[in-house]
Formats: sequence, structure tokens, C-alpha cells
Amino acid sequence: MSQGPDWAGPSRGGTSPARRPSHSEPANLADILERVLDKGIVIAGDIRINLLDIELLTIKIRLIIASVDRAREMGIDWWEHDPTLSVGERDVVEENERLRRRIGELEAGRRSTADAGLGRAEPRQEEGEEREEQEAEPRRRPPGRRSGGDRGSRP
Amino acid sequence: MNDAVATWLYAVAPTAGTSVPAGLKGVAGEPVRVVEGAGLSAVVGSVPLSDFGEEELRAHLEDLPWLEAAVRAHHWVIDNAARSGCVVPLRFATMYRDDARIRSLLDERRADFDSVLDLLAGRTEWGVKAYVDPQAFVPDSPGDRTGGHSSPGTAYLLRRKEQQRGRETAHVRATECAEAIHAALAELAVRTAEHPPQDARLAEYEGWMVLNNSYLVPDPRVEEFAAAVASLEQRFPEIRLELSGPWPAYSFTAISDSGQDSGQEGESRAQ
Repeated sequence: MSQGPDWAGPSRGGTSPARRPSHSEPANLADILERVLDKGIVIAGDIRINLLDIELLTIKIRLIIASVDRAREMGIDWWEHDPTLSVGERDVVEENERLRRRIGELEAGRRSTADAGLGRAEPRQEEGEEREEQEAEPRRRPPGRRSGGDRGSRP
Repeated sequence: MNDAVATWLYAVAPTAGTSVPAGLKGVAGEPVRVVEGAGLSAVVGSVPLSDFGEEELRAHLEDLPWLEAAVRAHHWVIDNAARSGCVVPLRFATMYRDDARIRSLLDERRADFDSVLDLLAGRTEWGVKAYVDPQAFVPDSPGDRTGGHSSPGTAYLLRRKEQQRGRETAHVRATECAEAIHAALAELAVRTAEHPPQDARLAEYEGWMVLNNSYLVPDPRVEEFAAAVASLEQRFPEIRLELSGPWPAYSFTAISDSGQDSGQEGESRAQ
């Protein structure tokens, strides 16, 4: 499994843990962002900046494309694979599938009303299956928590 | 108006022993200094409202290179302040009209700062992430056992279902390992905090990040904690662990509702 160029192998952290950070290697931006923007004591200052106002999705997108090199490495279709970024498109795809299936059903029905709609069960099943697969995106799951539970629609 | 400044608050530290390295620069490139009050020290800098006023800052926050530089600067100051002892890190963009307001803040919130400082004294935050290659957890492929009697459509569906089930199984197994790892590490920590998995592109990793937690570890146990990470890595060879730190204790600054036990610290932030 090939890791990204900056992926820090597990061994790095263990080298000299008791030291204060050396500052020779800047901390991972993702680590800093999640702490500096999300953690730290919250006290209302005189100048009200609601960090929630920042459209986090926008940040993500721009952070990613901010680095031309990184964007190039990823290829131009990187966003297609990110469920948090491609929700709109996913819906369109899903809708498309659903419509096609519906057309198939209608055509099948017209072709053989005499077959008494035997073919209906399966497309229905497929629809459920399809949607379930799209929703199950394990990478987005919070760490250290048991999966399942929210996936309860499984037959 | 353009010369107006606000006081940006980076961290609060106990007065004793608080100093910042000479030449330390903050988010606006301004010199970082210390304001004292109520027996505490505030690590601050004066930032121009022309860049850090409400409107201006909001616009800047949408400018990612600007934001990256600013959050790194904010972290840099706090990290440096933390070198000389325990500090309470402030959320990014906490600003006051002037130093006098900082002093009255220290006065008013003295008890809150003290209780957080008590929690953090002699302890540091360490981050542990666990990465897995999903393939390592997918059950062996059952092969094409969909049977010859089913139609191609059905066979396709069954195959899809099988793949999906394999993925879910892989995730359950990986999560179970992550839970075991977390449980072992939590025993060495005073508090723990969970972070959501990071964006794969931003953090530049592949596969799944099944653990992204922070641990507040007593300083005398740091070696033990690092050793535990190493031995867990041997116990779960299919999982890559990454230890980061020491961090200023960003994840453990919730103003205490003293009944709180370990875990979910990050969820219960003070407003």
C-alpha cells in the first residue's frame, strides 16, 4: 500500500517522545486545524468571530486545491470520490438509476402484463441495495466507535 | 481608524515562570508579549483591525493560504509558550479591545483558568492515529459461489452484496482493533478526546483512519505511553499507528463540569 509522500510512518512519532517538539518538522496542517479551529478554550472576545461561519466545506475544497501540486497528484476527479463533496452529484446518479429502473419496470409491465409482474421484486431489492451501499462510507465514521447501529436498515 | 489594534489572546499561563522567547512573532507578524493579571499571564499580541476586524477577518478566513499561515502562527506561539510550562491554549481568533480588557478577563475567569491549569499541570497532550488498509481486513473472497442457476442479473447483485458485506466486515474488524488500541492507551491517560477522521487528501493518507484521538498523559508516563503505542503496533501488525506530540493541550480545555470522566472531552466544550 503506497502512502502519500508526506505520510508519516508510524515509526516517526516514537523516536523521542519525551522531548518538546523539535520544530524542525512542522506539524501536519490537518492536526493543527482540528485543534486550533475546533479545540482550545472558548471565551467570548470583544470581537465576535464565529468560526462556524466559515463554510468548512469551502475550506476543505480550497485547502485541497490551494496546492497545485497536490491537486495534480490527485488528478482532476478527486472530488468525485469524496462523499462529503459530491453529495449533489451522488443524488443525481441515484435519481438517474431510479428512473432507469422505473422505465425498465414500466416497459417490462407493458411487454407482458400476462407475466403478472413477477419481475418486480428484484428491481426493488436492487434499489435498496444500491442506496445502502452509497450510504455506507466507513471512512467517515468517527474513530473508536462501534459501527452498526446507524446502519440498522440492513435486512 | 486604520491604525487601530486589538489584542489577540493566544494562551493563558500561571504567572510563575511564564515567558515567551524573544523575537517570537504572532498571527500578524507582531511581537508577542505577556499581560499579567490576577496571578495569571496572558500571552498576547496587538493585531491591526485593518486585517483582524470582524469583517476583514471573515474575508481572510476564506483565503486559505492566509488561514493556513495564521493558524500555524497561532499554534507556533502557543507551542512556544508551552515550552516553559503548562498553558491553556485559546481558540483561534479570540480578540479583545485592549490590554485592559485582557486583565479584566483574567480577573473574571480566574477560577475557570485555574481549574483547567490544574488539570493540565504536569500532563501533555499526545495524538494517536491509526490507519488501516481496508484490504487487510476484508474476509477472504468466497469466490464465485453465486451458483450456476441464477440469472446474470442476480449473480451480479449477489456479487455486489458480497463485496459490500466484505467491506462492512472489514470496517467492523478494523474498528474493533481501534477500540482495543484506544482502551489500552486510555489506561495510561488522565483524559481522552476523540477527533473525527481527517480528510484523506488534506492529511495525505490512504485507506481508513480508524482512530484519531488525543490523550492527556502525565509526564512521568510519557515513555510508557510511547512504548505502549509501539507494542500495540506489534500486536496489531495490520494497523499503522502514528504518535504525535507533545501538543499544547488544545483538546482538554473544556471548562470543567467536574463530574466529567474521561472521554468525550472534546464534545463538551464550554460555550
